Amino acid sequence: MTGSTPSQFKENAVRQLADKDLRAALTKSKGHFTGGRQNAMDRLPEFDALRDQARDIKDHVLENLDFYLETYEENVISSGGTVHWARTAKDAQDIVLEICRSVGATSVNKGKSMIGEECDINEALEAAGIRAVETDLGEYIIQIRNERPSHIIAPAVHLTKSQVEQSFRETHTHLDPDRVLEEPAALLEEARTVLRKKYFEAEVGITGANFLVAETGSSIIVTNEGNGDLSQLLPKVHIVLASIEKVVPTLEDASTLLRVLARSATGQEFSVYTTVSTGPRRAGDPDGPEQYHVILLDNGRTGMLGTEFQDMLRCIRCGACMNHCPVYQSVGGHAYGWVYPGPMGAVLSPSLLGVSEAGHLPNASTFCGRCEEVCPVRIPLPKMMRHWREREFERHLTPRAARMGIRAWAFVARRPALYQWATGLQMRAMAWMGRRRGRFSSVPLAKGWTKYRELPAPEGRTFQQQWAQQQKAGRR
Amino acid sequence: MTASRNDILEGIRRSLGRSGPVDGERAAELRERLANPKRNLVPARADLAEAALVDLFQSMAEDVFSTVDRVADMAAVPGALTDYLKRENLPAQVVMAPDGSLDGAPWEDEPLLEIRRGLPLESDMVSVTSAPAAVAETGTLVMFSGADHPSTLNFLPETHVVVLPADRVTKTYEDVWDLLRQRMADSENGLNGMLPRTVNMITGPSRSGDIEQTLLLGAHGPRRLHIILVAADNTP
Repeated sequence: MTGSTPSQFKENAVRQLADKDLRAALTKSKGHFTGGRQNAMDRLPEFDALRDQARDIKDHVLENLDFYLETYEENVISSGGTVHWARTAKDAQDIVLEICRSVGATSVNKGKSMIGEECDINEALEAAGIRAVETDLGEYIIQIRNERPSHIIAPAVHLTKSQVEQSFRETHTHLDPDRVLEEPAALLEEARTVLRKKYFEAEVGITGANFLVAETGSSIIVTNEGNGDLSQLLPKVHIVLASIEKVVPTLEDASTLLRVLARSATGQEFSVYTTVSTGPRRAGDPDGPEQYHVILLDNGRTGMLGTEFQDMLRCIRCGACMNHCPVYQSVGGHAYGWVYPGPMGAVLSPSLLGVSEAGHLPNASTFCGRCEEVCPVRIPLPKMMRHWREREFERHLTPRAARMGIRAWAFVARRPALYQWATGLQMRAMAWMGRRRGRFSSVPLAKGWTKYRELPAPEGRTFQQQWAQQQKAGRR
Repeated sequence: MTASRNDILEGIRRSLGRSGPVDGERAAELRERLANPKRNLVPARADLAEAALVDLFQSMAEDVFSTVDRVADMAAVPGALTDYLKRENLPAQVVMAPDGSLDGAPWEDEPLLEIRRGLPLESDMVSVTSAPAAVAETGTLVMFSGADHPSTLNFLPETHVVVLPADRVTKTYEDVWDLLRQRMADSENGLNGMLPRTVNMITGPSRSGDIEQTLLLGAHGPRRLHIILVAADNTP
């Protein structure tokens, strides 16, 4: 896997900001997602009320998570499936390998699964000599480029079509160099043909789960391509990789969450394929897998329950927060250095990886609050990013210069007279220095900021001075 | 295995400040919530009488690039299918679900139409199935797996034609769950109290936006999803 780690966020971000292809790709995708969501909201007057219910359902599940997991397990078993519990990503890898070995699998097809990414399942399979084929078009593209997804629902959103073409030409050696592959439609056709063959070769199909239904012991996946369905219907064995917070009580509860999921994600009223799978094929069924396994992954989530980060476990992975995030839209998903980018990643990654590894991520926020505004389950993402910043500060993980700066500022800010005198002096000085150009292209101690933009020169008086003057003038 | 299970369940209880499993009155409430599922808020959009409901289904389905033909009765279905195949320049050769509800159509009226019943092969271009239900709210077709309906028919061929009696159009997803629960309770259905192995809710033909967010139809599943809507009072 090429790429980087969350601890290198600053270096990654600087590099990504200079990447012209990334700029082009993100500029194209941005309006598509935000406009789509807005249209879907406008078409459904009940949307906000559904978000409240979606939040309440998830909260109810989290408060009773052990009960619903046990009930879910019971119903998977009674419908002929098997449940495996994995404490860590390594446990999940071992279980997948054990199942694959038990049927002598040499090839595994994968539907898109972020839990699969979190557990590095492909790497584990390849290391064991088993071929892993991603079947979602975006995932397939990044797999042949040996990259991580840069977005949880649009894994290849960082790429332009010419980059995709180049990767196909390098990997699909059968391709005629004269064949025109410029347009997305031609690229899709090529991928469809190559992957169609692979569907029939795999012994095991792995999918994720958007929801697990306790009432019926079912897993639900949501896709637009149909790859998840072919991946689970054609092989002998279907493995579902899911984290423990994916369980919901009933089909009715799943319906409420489904109503906000696609609208928040792509702006669709409903995804093309919503598939409810229960156990292995039944006597008399002409197709479907003979074995059905579910792997329930914890990987640090139980530790988030009962803390200020519990609300993060409501997340249904729609990607709306990153689609609306000015930081994500500037640096792209790879800068975050792991599976989960954007605001949800900035909160989740430190919880799962530790604050020393991923503590930089919560700093990648302008606190504009758009992420919380658009979240279908109303997760207070900015508040949680602040919690992480506090923890980072408390644990002395913040750089020395920043800590000293914050201390110095706090010293001045607690002394109003000193604060007003110092800022008044600074404003006058800056106004005088910037009187000719009206802006600065470089400011001491803020070179990082002025590297990408110019600082407008102040007009000479501070906000407080202007306020006081206006009060005096008798205006309200 | 059991060690991991206990670790996770106990970890949850510890984090939630409980010493053991949910019990007493609360457990009874949770069991009741599962045994008698209640509907949450259901959008009013589909709260319509029959004809308007079918119209809503059609317009929602067309919004997502399904195509819809309306016919008067099952007798008109074979002709409508042949016409569609001609229009789309497709071979008059289909693989059809071994579904009894499709037997009511006079297929012999179209002697040039080649029909095979059963599983799709890689070479099949067109599949024909029925749908036990459809949801007007979003123009969604619902398919249940079973001896009469291989799920692969919904995905492998490039064109999927669905014969849908109009009286199977329901308002919302919740109506489909009610229908399924009835079938699960009915011992003659052979479901033994379980959901069918695969319930496919299908809203338009397959698509991908993974390359520069350009919407393309026919990613892995069908490129075309064609619905032959059969008027309500003439279904067998």
